[in-house]
Amino acid sequence: MSGQTQRLNVVPTVTMLGVMKARLVGATRGHALLKKKSDALTVQFRQILKNIVSTKESMGEILKSSYFSLTEAKYVAGDNIKHVVLENVQNASLKVRSHQENIAGVKLPKFQYFTDGETKSDLTGLARGGQQVQACRTAYVKAIEVLVELASLQTSFLTLDEAIKTTNRRVNALENVVKPRLENTISYIKGELDELEREDFFRLKKIQGFKKKEIERQVAAAKAYAEEKAAEDIALKKGVPLDSVHNLLTKASQRDDDIIF
Amino acid sequence: MAGRTPIRTINSALIAMIADEDTVTGFLLAGVGNVDLRRKTNYLIVDSKTTVKQIEDAFKEFTTREDIAVVLISQYIANMIRFLVDSYNKPIPAILEIPSKDHPYDPAHDSVLSRVKYLFSTESVASGRR
Repeated sequence: MSGQTQRLNVVPTVTMLGVMKARLVGATRGHALLKKKSDALTVQFRQILKNIVSTKESMGEILKSSYFSLTEAKYVAGDNIKHVVLENVQNASLKVRSHQENIAGVKLPKFQYFTDGETKSDLTGLARGGQQVQACRTAYVKAIEVLVELASLQTSFLTLDEAIKTTNRRVNALENVVKPRLENTISYIKGELDELEREDFFRLKKIQGFKKKEIERQVAAAKAYAEEKAAEDIALKKGVPLDSVHNLLTKASQRDDDIIF
Repeated sequence: MAGRTPIRTINSALIAMIADEDTVTGFLLAGVGNVDLRRKTNYLIVDSKTTVKQIEDAFKEFTTREDIAVVLISQYIANMIRFLVDSYNKPIPAILEIPSKDHPYDPAHDSVLSRVKYLFSTESVASGRR
């Protein structure tokens, strides 16, 4: 993978190393937190899944019973009841209100049905079958109750699904991209710093060597100078210049036959 | 989360319906029906004369209206516009497929339930519910 070898483009300095280390710590903590969040969401998600399946199953039963009660109402009140109902529609008396529920930072919508104003029973089924019509109404209100619950579960399901996906994507991105990259950068910086240190050390050694040589040279020069000076002093004390003493000796050895040695 | 539509807190929203006459009658009796000033209803009665185009338009309208929180749609009608229902993925309004009187409910067709089943095998659901 290309992410393995990647590193951030930074100047290898001690400051940068500190910054990178701080970022790595941050990334690690963020990763742990996101992982926890993902786990919490998954727990909630499974709960919702279970609820959805069971509510869907009960929805079938409840709707079946409400259809049956409608049929009863129709039988008693006559088939034209539906025309009366369809004509009497004005304003919804049964509405839905939604509020948010916060689960690990994810806002889930929750629906709640409520009756707004009195139900317009009007004169529907006044002639006959009024009781059946009422029973039918209650059956359908019950059905609505279940359906609204199911709707909120379903929206939660979709929202949570999306949230879990994004969270997992972030977890994986931190784990597989950001953290390795930071680690690579840190090791790169450390390597560079070590290299610099070695270079420095070598340079210091070299300089030390030069200095030592220089000192030795100077000491030798000083010694030579001192020796010469001492010889000169002796010659001065004898009153003969050093050079003439030399010359005397050399001249004597060349010319004078009386000198035996 | 970025990219996700913010969820509005609605104080009162409607329940829309696309269903056959009997189902609509029943729910209207419970009091979910609404007719606004322009004589627009929040329900569509589907009978043999209703075209698929009309259903599609109604579905699109209900899912884009601001004041609708839940859309109930009979499953056999949802099957007619299955591509629309399946491609719909907003949290609000919630699409609910309900059984109708003449057509038995088939959980395999439900777009949400099929996803649920896909994520969660039936056995574990049954055992986990206890």
